[in-house]
Amino acid sequence: MKLLLVGEVLDGAIVPEVAELFGFAARLGAETSMVLTGASGNLPAFEGRLYRADAVHEFDMTYHKRFVLAAIEREQPDAVVFLHSSYGWDLAPRVAFAMQAALISGIVGLDGGGYLVESCNGKMRRTVRPLTGRAVLTIQPGAFAVAPMQGSPEVIDIDAEPDAAVEFLGCIQPERGVDLSRASVIVSAGRGVGSAERVELVRALSEALGGEVGASRPVVDAGWLERARQVGSSGQNVSPALYVACGISGAIQHLAGMKGSGFVLAVNTDRDAPIASVADVLVVADVAEFLPALTAAIQARK
Amino acid sequence: MNILVCIKQVPDMEDHFVPNAAGRWFDEIGLVWRMNEYDAFAVEEAVRLKESLGGEARVTALSIGPVRVVETIRKALSMGCDEGVHIDDPMATERDPWQIASMIAGFAAGRGFDLIFTGMQSEDRSSAQVGVLVAERLGIASVTGITAFEWQDGSMTVERELEGGRKCRLGLKAPALLTCQLGLNTPRYPTLPNIMKSKRAALTVLSPESVGLESPKASSENFRPHEPNAAGVILEGDAETLAAQVVSILESRTSVLGPGGVR
Repeated sequence: MKLLLVGEVLDGAIVPEVAELFGFAARLGAETSMVLTGASGNLPAFEGRLYRADAVHEFDMTYHKRFVLAAIEREQPDAVVFLHSSYGWDLAPRVAFAMQAALISGIVGLDGGGYLVESCNGKMRRTVRPLTGRAVLTIQPGAFAVAPMQGSPEVIDIDAEPDAAVEFLGCIQPERGVDLSRASVIVSAGRGVGSAERVELVRALSEALGGEVGASRPVVDAGWLERARQVGSSGQNVSPALYVACGISGAIQHLAGMKGSGFVLAVNTDRDAPIASVADVLVVADVAEFLPALTAAIQARK
Repeated sequence: MNILVCIKQVPDMEDHFVPNAAGRWFDEIGLVWRMNEYDAFAVEEAVRLKESLGGEARVTALSIGPVRVVETIRKALSMGCDEGVHIDDPMATERDPWQIASMIAGFAAGRGFDLIFTGMQSEDRSSAQVGVLVAERLGIASVTGITAFEWQDGSMTVERELEGGRKCRLGLKAPALLTCQLGLNTPRYPTLPNIMKSKRAALTVLSPESVGLESPKASSENFRPHEPNAAGVILEGDAETLAAQVVSILESRTSVLGPGGVR
């Protein structure tokens, strides 16, 4: 099997998750090549062909489509593999349509010659197989172990025409001010907390544990907590000794940001919730009833 | 100004899912249906744009599925969409994104939509493919996962969400397709008069074949629950007992409570 991996660059540097693309290829025992544009620093170390250009053309997705297609034309891979990232999920359908090929998104595993993907906000899984000879794949960041990077690629310079349809007007940096990455205890509020008032129950538990308050996306979108407290791929990646997920169903974007936690306590009324896939303890209970009891029990130890 | 919004009806994600007989997707018995959450932001943004243009714009809401999706189309109408289109496809839940995109693009082609809004992805399939595939079929520009939208006389400025809370700002011209991220706006609750009006609205009903349904590009099988953490413990009971159990587990399995009390 021949895979063409699509590298990804942020501010001139290759994003670390690119090593997971090689990990995915290693799991398949595939011959690999890579296509990469805009990387100004070190190139990835691997044995294979590296199709590259200096151009950045950030967010000109038509340019990126043409560039990847130019590499596909030369390499004739069996599959083209992207990260399921804001770059990958935007670009992959453009490439798949041009190839008239199957696109399988958000792959989390391999399953008997097919690809395992998540469904129903991560509650369910299914096995998907391409029905076309060539396929386009996106892999979920964090799902595949990185492969050791070694070797030196044969570098082949290629290029493509830029496109003027979408104009890049600049980036907006995230709101900061709360650094959750070093907290040893994080107690996070999810939609299941139910209201802005009940976020106080989460805060009380966090204080009893000497921790920080975190949030899932819906809680931030609803304005119950500030965006700087959002945990997940759109917010912060955290790895506390204890992560308490209160009323958080566990969408994959949230799990991606907290699965490095030492111990995960989840509180949820839905025992099928995908947070159960990473929870060391799942308490099946309403946050409003259980949290005050746990806070009181911890305070009683003083 | 002609605007299309594509909406999907999905089950409530709190529901308990059971595989169907073929094991390809879920059994529909007992599920509660509603509008895909991402699509509610798409409907709201389209209606806000229409309202800001004062009477010179029309918003068409399109959904694909069996008769049950009519309820979701009426929900979009009650939020302010003008026309409803139902592609009556009893097999819709088992179609792959390529097929869904073939039908939407087949409907939209030649109808001169200036803007198409979709959700960034559905909550049940989470493929995040359909919007971009529709745009590519129609040969129009597209931006995925927008968190802000501003219209100025044929052009627009959008914000697109990237990793780690970073966003980029992009400018483009109509015609274009935009897929909407959660939090783009605050979807409205329909008023009672609008709900009543939406119940009487006539819908355009089309067959999948008439809008160009194509063959699938991928197959799906072995739909099953996400395995819980095999080493995990599930606790149920009254709150006080649960709290005592959890304190005991935290004492033995973590160091966060510290010896002899809270830090």
